[in-house]
Amino acid sequence: MQMIIANRLTDGRVVFMDTRGVWVDSIQDGALLLNGSDSERLMALAQRSVGESRIVDPYLIEMTVDGAERRPAHIRECIRVRGPSVRTDLLVEAA
Amino acid sequence: MYRYDEFDHQLVAERVEQFRRQVRRRLEGGLTEDQFKPLRLMNGLYLQLHAYMLRVNIPYGSLSSAQLHKFAHIARVYDKGFGHFTTRQNIQYNWIKLQEAPDILAELAEVEVTAIQSSGNCVRNITSDHYAGRAKEELADPRIYCELLRQYTVLHPEFSYLPRKFKIAITGSPHDRAAVAVHDIGLRMHRNDAGELGFEVLVGGGQGRTPFIAHTIRDWLEPEHLLSYVEAILRVYNMRGRRDNIHKARIKIIVNQMGIEKYRELVDAEWERIKDSALKVPDEEVARIHAYFAAPQYEALDDSGERLRALRRSDARFDLWLGSNVVEHKVPGYSIVNLSLKAPGRAPGDMTADVMDAVADLADQFSLGEIRVTHRQNLTFVDVKQADLPALWQALDALELATPNIGRMTDIISCPGLDFCNLANARSIPVAQDLSRHFVDVDRLALVGDLTINISGCMNACGHHHVGNVGILGVDKRGKEYFQLTLGGSSDESASLGDRLGPALPQEEVPAAIEAIVEEYLELRDGPERFVDTYRRVGLEPFKEAVYGAAGAKEVA
Repeated sequence: MQMIIANRLTDGRVVFMDTRGVWVDSIQDGALLLNGSDSERLMALAQRSVGESRIVDPYLIEMTVDGAERRPAHIRECIRVRGPSVRTDLLVEAA
Repeated sequence: MYRYDEFDHQLVAERVEQFRRQVRRRLEGGLTEDQFKPLRLMNGLYLQLHAYMLRVNIPYGSLSSAQLHKFAHIARVYDKGFGHFTTRQNIQYNWIKLQEAPDILAELAEVEVTAIQSSGNCVRNITSDHYAGRAKEELADPRIYCELLRQYTVLHPEFSYLPRKFKIAITGSPHDRAAVAVHDIGLRMHRNDAGELGFEVLVGGGQGRTPFIAHTIRDWLEPEHLLSYVEAILRVYNMRGRRDNIHKARIKIIVNQMGIEKYRELVDAEWERIKDSALKVPDEEVARIHAYFAAPQYEALDDSGERLRALRRSDARFDLWLGSNVVEHKVPGYSIVNLSLKAPGRAPGDMTADVMDAVADLADQFSLGEIRVTHRQNLTFVDVKQADLPALWQALDALELATPNIGRMTDIISCPGLDFCNLANARSIPVAQDLSRHFVDVDRLALVGDLTINISGCMNACGHHHVGNVGILGVDKRGKEYFQLTLGGSSDESASLGDRLGPALPQEEVPAAIEAIVEEYLELRDGPERFVDTYRRVGLEPFKEAVYGAAGAKEVA
């Protein structure tokens, strides 16, 4: 299972692509991509966003879903989504 | 301190407005990210794990209280209330908005600070000894030549697109606190037999994935030839350095591949052509810059020896602090005071806006309004009257800046690591925090004495792990963070690279491993011998056995 992640151009904030191809702030609203064709279709939209100067550096991350909880499979992306582990006062959201 | 003249002000103001236009074009779609990236990097703006990161230069580590107040203001208004002091005498902010970056640069320009060339493939911030101009053993003040090189290299058209970044450091003291041997160019000031002042020039040092200790390319260089000789080194590198492979693009690779003799030959041929050109440094220009760094009007004071000794006897905490954080000044009655940014549990180098403001006020009150940033990620007050030491200690203690650990085990260099950095494999700050909580007994820190621990979250080595007496390198093993230990590194005048101890360890085992190393050292050391000297005498094996014999062989390598 995958999700598309990127940085918003204006402020660098980490954003996620939802099922409509819209960039959203919360991983909970991001589209979980179950197969290669969905990933390909949304990545094409992500690349269009790059061309429109809305986001920077989109890529697919592996996701783990456990019931209602969804989080990136790799620790790097967990930190990227959630915020620095050493500054719990600055955490963005649970992930 | 150096003050901008009208040309400096104009140049920086024009640069800010140029960047403002570049940002506008990027936001409006007139520039792609590939086109914009080198432009933002030349202005210190990275895109990191969470947001944009802005790196701001602190030339040769010297700050005024007004500049530190401005750093606090930037942290408070444009970021999340704190900044991070780095090993190259910069400050970094982690949550910058692209659209606000030009305003930040304009605010910094008001106090004569820039982010120009704090990133990119150009000559970076010129760094130096944080005790420059004040150290008792110093031969000459390196800041004059740092400033000369700063002015010469900033926006130099020939050297704005080098094969890779380029770092220069200068020390004016025999004891090297500027790590010159792990820089692209290192300059050591010394005197020849005639008593004249000059430079030993080192080239090709560096860390990263391929670490090297620099070679001496010239034993003696007259100060008037500094610019021409540096230009010759840079020109040869610019022409010969590799641009096809980022991992082989630094000057250290070409110097060590062709050999120092061949590199010297090429540099000398180029230098012969240009040494007597307009690059010859006029005495009056050195004198002009020197005037900015003239010693302040010190009061005629006696050393407060007896009074301080009495205070030390009556207060053990003050005694420990004075013993580790306070250094002899070249002027009687004054001291150099180090502010430790390494209290137990703290992220090394981090400072909140409120503490920055408080430190700036203390600098005004106790140290003629100047603050230095050290390459070990601490701050220094360089002009403190000895009579003020007790009051300053209390004020610093209240701010948690008086931990008596300068040069000790918990004075840890740490890069931001995977908590902030796009390149990192592992988190370095939590390891530093674990160690600072584990080795919390300040009496034991004093007993162990000088022992540096440096932590990097990846092989790019921003945390200088190669030259830590104990180095810790974060590695990714099948998606998990592990830490590789090295022993015997040093960045001072006897610089050396650390040796790999054995298989990498999980984070929770690192404090016990360091504990085993320290216990072994205490067992083996000969009198007042420093850790690194014991290591050089006995080698790796006793420490390897202490760590892996005690914890059991690990199958994680």
